[in-house]
Amino acid sequence: MSGSSEEPKRILMVDDFHDNREMYAAYLRFSGFSVDEAVTGTEAIEKALATPPNLIVMDLSLPGMDGWEATRRLKADPKTKHIPIVVVSGHALEGSVRAAKVAGCDAFLRKPCLPQALLAEVRKLLS
Amino acid sequence: MRRAVSRRGPRHADERLSETRLQLAEFLLLSDSPEESARQTVGWLTSHTRARHALCTALDASGTRLVGLAAAGFRSFDPASFVVDMDQSRHGLVIALNRTQPTIVRVSAREPIGGLRLAPGHYGLFPLHGLYLDEDMRAGVLLIGPALPSVVREGRWVASLLGPRLIRLIAFRAADDARRRFERERTLLQKVIDAAPDPILLTDTEGRMVVANSTAEELLASKERESEGRARAIALNNMLFSAALSWTAMTDGEPVRRELLLADPREGSDLLFELMSGPVDDPQHGAGVVSILRNVTDLRRATEEIEENYRKLRSASAEIRADRDRMNLLIDSVADPILVTDPGGAIVEMNAPAERLFTAPPGREGDVAGSIPSNDAHFSSFVSNLLSGDDPRYSGFVGLVDPESGAALPFDATAAKVLSENGELIGVVTTLHDRTASLEKERLYEELKRASDELEAKVHAATAELVRQNELLRRQHIQLEQASSLKSQFLANMSHEFRTPLNAIQGYTSMLLEGVMGPVTFPQKDSLQRVESNAKHLTLIVDDILDISRIEAGKLPLYMTDCQVPDLVAEVIAELDPIIARSKLKVTTEIDVGAVFLRSDRQKVRQIVLNLLGNALKFTREGSILVSAQYRPESDEISIAVRDTGIGIAPEDREKVFEDFQQVDSSPTREYGGTGLGLAICRRLASMLGGRMALVSSLGEGSTFTLELPRQGPPAA
Repeated sequence: MSGSSEEPKRILMVDDFHDNREMYAAYLRFSGFSVDEAVTGTEAIEKALATPPNLIVMDLSLPGMDGWEATRRLKADPKTKHIPIVVVSGHALEGSVRAAKVAGCDAFLRKPCLPQALLAEVRKLLS
Repeated sequence: MRRAVSRRGPRHADERLSETRLQLAEFLLLSDSPEESARQTVGWLTSHTRARHALCTALDASGTRLVGLAAAGFRSFDPASFVVDMDQSRHGLVIALNRTQPTIVRVSAREPIGGLRLAPGHYGLFPLHGLYLDEDMRAGVLLIGPALPSVVREGRWVASLLGPRLIRLIAFRAADDARRRFERERTLLQKVIDAAPDPILLTDTEGRMVVANSTAEELLASKERESEGRARAIALNNMLFSAALSWTAMTDGEPVRRELLLADPREGSDLLFELMSGPVDDPQHGAGVVSILRNVTDLRRATEEIEENYRKLRSASAEIRADRDRMNLLIDSVADPILVTDPGGAIVEMNAPAERLFTAPPGREGDVAGSIPSNDAHFSSFVSNLLSGDDPRYSGFVGLVDPESGAALPFDATAAKVLSENGELIGVVTTLHDRTASLEKERLYEELKRASDELEAKVHAATAELVRQNELLRRQHIQLEQASSLKSQFLANMSHEFRTPLNAIQGYTSMLLEGVMGPVTFPQKDSLQRVESNAKHLTLIVDDILDISRIEAGKLPLYMTDCQVPDLVAEVIAELDPIIARSKLKVTTEIDVGAVFLRSDRQKVRQIVLNLLGNALKFTREGSILVSAQYRPESDEISIAVRDTGIGIAPEDREKVFEDFQQVDSSPTREYGGTGLGLAICRRLASMLGGRMALVSSLGEGSTFTLELPRQGPPAA
């Protein structure tokens, strides 16, 4: 990777709920990131492999392959395991949180989560 | 010899006669036998004189008869057969005896004298006299024949010689006989008194023993070569006996009896005697005392034994009487009638309960005349069952009648034979046991059993019902659990589904407010802020609902650690510091738990305290808030209390505040924010931690919420 100061960091935003995905994407772009979007786990894995992002923001409840499974696979794949994953989920029960951490996520944010809070976490992980 | 003498010449005849006279006189002087003397005399007469017959008779010892002593010149005549009774006073010999001078009698042919047939002719009868103890005594009569003058002369001479000799010899013989008799009698007497088992003795005036039988000698006479002990015993006996006699002497000569204790010299044992002594006055030998000692040792012992036996007998009979009285009381106290009958079946004894059945009560003899004989008959018939059989016992049923009430009385009866040691039947004891009560009991028991059976059936039915109900309940429980689980799942899902749109609302609002979409006007900004505020509130509600659903679904695990209460309180205060700073309230702490750790889930305790302090801050306008913590050793509990000076809670609302979605003011326009779920969650959490919430409050003055927790955590389930 070269020219990091000029090239915006790329973030893969995975969420099946359109408004949330758009909202976070809009704010991250507004904050200077390049954002790609995926709706399902399968799509997220495909895009991450095709164009590896600098960070992945992952929702858990997804149609098809869910966020836990996708996280586990991404963290199991040598090509993608280095990519930090921030889980942002409406699941608030301990079991869900623990499962996400076991799957390999680097941070867990609980919805409602303001875009500013996500931005702070992303910046922290990428710094 | 006689012939030789008779053939001598007349010149020498006188010489010879003088010589034979001397020989005879010498013989008579020396002889001590009357018979021999008589025989020599009659022999000399017929040999040396002209006498041809001579018979010497003498008075016998009794003096009543004249008997022949010796005879000469009679053919085949035994002088011992010659006897003449002195009663025949006209008999020639008897007459001759009583004379002093010789008598000449003429014997005719047919006159025998004293059974002796004499040859006819003249006979001289010479009385034999002599002095004895200065008294003229007659010894007998000498008959000589024929009474020639020379013969009479020689007869006189020889009678004068023989008479005194015979008297003397006969007297000697009598004296000798008397002496022998005396000796014999004395020996006999000694034997007699020796034969007496009791000591008998005669003592002189000085107490010396004169006569004693062998038993007395044993006790009182010391012999040579006596053992020392025996000699001492005898000496002691003499002393005791003398003392007793001297005491007797003082009683004026009357025969007395007294007791005397002597020692047996042979065995050394004590012998008790009864001493009877009496004076004896013998003019020849002086006064003395005769004593008879009667051995009463055995008698005394026997008397004592008899007395002892009598005493024992009396006490035994008293005991027997007491035993019998006791036995009677005992038997009377037995509730069952008991009767004793003789082998014939007649009643000889009965106790009080039996008397009520078999004897008429006083004054009512007439009334019960019917039932008594009937009872007697039934009883007799029952006892005869035993008497007619060989068994020692017989049991059966006897139906009697109560003489007082006339009611029928069923009895179980047992009759038993009483046998003597020889196995002889001496009586029958019968006990009766009233079956009325037991029959009633049986009936009651049956009833009870029926009732019990019914009850049991009911219990069975009820149990079956219970099992059914339980099964139902179990199913309902499962259904409820499923429902609860579904509800929890639903709530969890709902929470998620709420959060997703809330996320967008809050996100976009904050982006708008940040100006991401371009500048916003002041009124727009104001509106966006209201949206933001309501979205936040809704988020809080969703969080609380999630908490409750998690607790109820049991999906809130406990993480037990040892917490330091002071740190925990400080942490809560620090978290709420911004709010405290904005208020005008003074928040103080009072922590008094020493070095005690609280074993609990720190996060949950913190959540409760945070909620309580948050509430206090929210509902208190002015005044102060005190957060205190205490350890109570007596219950091993730690309490954390938050006291405010707020609005307070009315008594009727105190329970309500812990219910879901409750605020005291539940109007839509309520003044205080909050979801109304805080205290409901606190109570659930406190319960999870094994503790409880308490509230003390008075309206307008403030409230104190207290969390009480077991120091060592909830008891293990």
